[in-house]
Amino acid sequence: MHEIQYSAPSSVAEAVGLLAASEVVRVLGGGTDLLIQLRAGTSQARHLIDVKRIAELDVLAFDATHGLRIGAAVACHRLAADPVVRATYPGLVEATTLIGSTQIQSRATIAGNLCNGSPAADTTPALIALGAVCELAGPNGRREIPAESFVLAPGRTALAPGELLVAIRVPPPAAKSADCYQRFIPRNEMDIAVVGVGAAITLNGERCTAARVVLGAVGPTPLLASEAAQALVGTTLDDAALARAAEAAMHAARPISDMRAPAAYRREITGVLTRRVVAEAARRARGRA
Amino acid sequence: MEGKDEKISTASTGTGGAERTFKIVGTRPIRHDGIDKVTGRARYGADVSLPGMLHGKVLRSPHAHARILGIDVSRAAALPGVKAIVTGADMPPVKSKTEQSGEGTTNPRHLSDNVLAKEKVLYTGHAVAAVAAASPHVAEEALALIEVRYEVLPPVLDVRAAMRPDAPILHAGLRTQGLEPASDAQTNTASVVRFERGDLAAAFAKADVVVEREFDTAMVHQGYIEPHNAVAQVNADGQATVWVSTQGPFEVRHFCAEILAMPLSQIRVVPAEIGGGFGGKTTIYLEPLAIMLARKAGRPVKLVMSRAEVLRATGPTSGSHIRLKMGATNDGKIVAADATLAYEAGAFPGSPVWAGAMCLLAPYDIETLRIEGFDVVVNRPKTAAYRAPGASNAAFAAESVVDELAAKLGIDPIELRRRNGAREGTPTPAGPRHKRIGLLEVLDAAQAAPHAAAPLGVPGSATAAHDGSGANGAASVKRRGRGFAVGFWFNAGLQSSATIAINPDGTASLVTGSPDIGGTRTSCAMIAAEELGISVDHVRPSVADTDSVGHTDVTGGSRVTMATGLAVYEAAQDVKRQLCRRAATLWKIAPEQVSFADGHTVAAGGEHPPLSLAALGAKLSRTGGPVVGRATVNAQRATGAAFAATMVDVEVDLETGKVDILRCTTIQDAGRAIHPAYVEGQMQGGTAQGIGWALNEEYVYDPEGNLLNAGFLDYRMPVALDLPMIDTVIVEVPNPGHPYGVRGVGEVSIVPPPGAVANAIAAATGVRMTELPISPPRLLAALHAAGVHATAAAR
Amino acid sequence: MSKKTHVSLTLNGEATEFLCEPRQTLLEVLRDELDLTGSKEGCATGDCGACSVLLDGHVVCACLVLAVETDARSVTTIEGLADGDKLHPLQTAFLEHAALQCGICTPGFLVAAKALLDRNPDPSEYEVRYELAGNLCRCTGYDKIVRAVLAAAATMRDAAPRVRTGTTGT
Repeated sequence: MHEIQYSAPSSVAEAVGLLAASEVVRVLGGGTDLLIQLRAGTSQARHLIDVKRIAELDVLAFDATHGLRIGAAVACHRLAADPVVRATYPGLVEATTLIGSTQIQSRATIAGNLCNGSPAADTTPALIALGAVCELAGPNGRREIPAESFVLAPGRTALAPGELLVAIRVPPPAAKSADCYQRFIPRNEMDIAVVGVGAAITLNGERCTAARVVLGAVGPTPLLASEAAQALVGTTLDDAALARAAEAAMHAARPISDMRAPAAYRREITGVLTRRVVAEAARRARGRA
Repeated sequence: MEGKDEKISTASTGTGGAERTFKIVGTRPIRHDGIDKVTGRARYGADVSLPGMLHGKVLRSPHAHARILGIDVSRAAALPGVKAIVTGADMPPVKSKTEQSGEGTTNPRHLSDNVLAKEKVLYTGHAVAAVAAASPHVAEEALALIEVRYEVLPPVLDVRAAMRPDAPILHAGLRTQGLEPASDAQTNTASVVRFERGDLAAAFAKADVVVEREFDTAMVHQGYIEPHNAVAQVNADGQATVWVSTQGPFEVRHFCAEILAMPLSQIRVVPAEIGGGFGGKTTIYLEPLAIMLARKAGRPVKLVMSRAEVLRATGPTSGSHIRLKMGATNDGKIVAADATLAYEAGAFPGSPVWAGAMCLLAPYDIETLRIEGFDVVVNRPKTAAYRAPGASNAAFAAESVVDELAAKLGIDPIELRRRNGAREGTPTPAGPRHKRIGLLEVLDAAQAAPHAAAPLGVPGSATAAHDGSGANGAASVKRRGRGFAVGFWFNAGLQSSATIAINPDGTASLVTGSPDIGGTRTSCAMIAAEELGISVDHVRPSVADTDSVGHTDVTGGSRVTMATGLAVYEAAQDVKRQLCRRAATLWKIAPEQVSFADGHTVAAGGEHPPLSLAALGAKLSRTGGPVVGRATVNAQRATGAAFAATMVDVEVDLETGKVDILRCTTIQDAGRAIHPAYVEGQMQGGTAQGIGWALNEEYVYDPEGNLLNAGFLDYRMPVALDLPMIDTVIVEVPNPGHPYGVRGVGEVSIVPPPGAVANAIAAATGVRMTELPISPPRLLAALHAAGVHATAAAR
Repeated sequence: MSKKTHVSLTLNGEATEFLCEPRQTLLEVLRDELDLTGSKEGCATGDCGACSVLLDGHVVCACLVLAVETDARSVTTIEGLADGDKLHPLQTAFLEHAALQCGICTPGFLVAAKALLDRNPDPSEYEVRYELAGNLCRCTGYDKIVRAVLAAAATMRDAAPRVRTGTTGT
């Protein structure tokens, strides 16, 4: 690795100041992507700003009014360890428990997963499906953008120079709604998603009144498949509706062929997973008050 | 009496110890190096640290095929902290010749050119220069400052493409060996091997059923978790010491001496503990670089490969293309077989195609056959041995075709193998007859195993290792099937040495030269303990360096417990003979009056109470001095070939092509299991590797010859969640050539799994996969092509 | 060479300090500076788990932690698993079940298994495999490792002190 400088600020203001003052700087969360990139030479960062000592960023808090607040320094394992978070957002928790291994989940942050901007990130589709919002802080103060607008291209986010992601806010779920995230990998663990699908479904009685379907690893960024969602709203989520949603998702997908899978395969699995994920989200929603 | 070759018991009674009752052999003692290994104290090669040690890094070619026009190291040499740099120009010229080594052959010129490229680079990752510096980070920075000018040439990456007349040629001077008549044409085919007997056309004409298939297997890596390492120190007088995680310290010494033009006596190789090898650490990569850099720098140098370097630049095993046609008559007799095998050798000749050709049909008694094998160079890393090298590729083809024959004939697959099964006296494909072997016993054990009678279970339901996905209408989306296959490996003999010193307290110090990869220190100690009649805790086994023990060939070829164990056995006989003479001296009786039984010297006539080793040990110095027993063996005639079988249940997701392994049993003839737990371990490990080979492991190159998946993320080996418990059945058909009946166990378990998995998938779906790995996209495409879909209902 | 940073941490229960460059990982410092070579490098990308250590009680890959990040934290390595010469039940179980062949992955597995059992004293086979999927083994096929972990879990449950609570008590 080339030489680097390391700072561990204790406040957001201090972090923002360091980001502004440094050339070629990166925020260090769990380091599970960044250290690999530094060693491989794909990141040229010379100064790392470790945000794990900022108390405000270490907060994982849920309440029924405000929903879930995930500080940027919160590691994946903390979500699954919280029974209320697990029960309320099973799909998001699924996503965090699918990333890498136990070792990775001990360190990798949800914020970092989002900021790394990989098309195959697991938490991003789950967050977008839940309507999550990103809170940013920078030299011009704080602002918010929806999670679906955060990742612009592979490895590129909407963070302006000097900005860092401070927290992700997930709205409290509506009544009778639930989320689900599944991905396809060739082994049973440790692989990068070949296809990932996150969905959130809201029911009123038997009918679906709201849906979000998000596709991962089949485009340069996670894709909010609005036509797939529209195919579900107003239906009882019967097989025919699921099939239509799957068809729409397959159309929305823009997969590439790479060493992990051919594009045609990814497109087909997008349909398969959409059906499965929506069915499971619906089953969960039906079981809720 | 000294020097006379009398023996208390012969090395081979021809029964393989069938008449013996063992006290220690067959038990499961804690291994002697166990505590060090569970506490992190054991020292592997990368753990070695010496005062003043420098760190080395290797510069590697970014091109798959190129001429080296020039190398300029001046800017690197000027970097503060850089102490030495070497390139191919620093190596002496080496003659090109073929020598036996381990289970294959080596050409020292090729070995030298692989260690550091000379005129050409032949694969991406081919070593071009090496640097020693004060820290690994500085060494890495120095690499970036070395300028190499290349003339890039078109690469050829595929075995069939390399055999075409218009293919780019890797070695201008290469001519195909084994061609008749010989050809002077430039070629990438290094050699042809051919076995044939009988009239093929006539035999096929007699067949009622014929199956002909073509198979492709991808290049795969041994996948040991420990990357290659070497630490070298060269003294002012030129004496070099190398600490290295290797399967063959004597091979390392020999190869380094050869390619560095050093006397053997100037190199001492100290084997560190080794973190896996599977054949991949029976050759050299870093050792000569460490020696050259240490000599230049005047300080010790440590080199350790990264994972990417291991995958890009150390020997994987061959990808292959195999065409196999087999014919059988309706009564289930296989009457003819015609096989063509083409194996990738990588950048230099030496694929295991000849072993593949020998093993392909070795389980079967086939009168008429023709097997032709081609060893072909391609712009990929030079292949190295991988656990029964060549046999898994071949068995994938053979076991698939045999299964198809069984289906067409309406005969149970195990029964078909039994009807055609090789036994003692059956000619192998290469000609020589099988000795006493255990194929039929393995088939019997397979049919009797609990797995054979167990139901497949409801598709989609959970098992202990597999959480099932009860939702999503799993029953209609999944299919289950059971597959079976057998495999053969001939097992090596080669040479080993051993000494046993008796300590004053009656314990024994056992010294061998066989690095311990899987518990062989302890199996050898158990043999010594058994023969000497002492407890296994009272034998202290150690693995010595090349100055401290007699020549010992590789830990590989499934030979350590057999051949080094044989040397240990013989050394123990030597000890017993000496102890009897010492007792005779003490008792003042004739040596012929003394025998050894149950850990005691016994006087004929019962006049003197028997003496234990502990009692004798205290008296050795006054009966003539220390007692050290020794033996050296060439175990070629003692070898016993091994058969294994794999039974596997799979579940296929018809919508994704994903395959899960639900249940697996491995059955193997071990001859005699010295330490059953470590025999089981070998069986389970080879089976797991075979499953990885079948399902997800493959080298993926881009058209320019860059390895795209040079890491454990995308070179997909099975993780704990990918496998169930692997049940083992040890069959013991004693090897008559060995006093305990031991057959090598380390390798053959990797041979049947790819065929077994393919057969299970065929049973589950009706689709025959002829390409490895059977990754989900490939299987799904094949399912579509065959019209196999999940049923619409309950989706 | 950039200026070195001084790090103080608790390492295997002892207050420890070292100097390091920011670019050095925890794994490098453990192995090259502190002579704690029990943690191994298998891949440097967090895919094999051979470098597993506990950081504040959680199992992590030391190759993906910068040494400077461990200031004021607590790290446990394989060398801290045994209590003097008293082996941890996991270590004993690995020996008794022959759960190692070459042994290179063993330190990583032991640390990861300890983290698992500390959190979940009665895991199912599935849970053991899932939690240890980040530890690669190429020698054993995992069978004996999983058996050893389950056996150690049983041993530890049997030996666990009974705790009287204020209410129902057991």
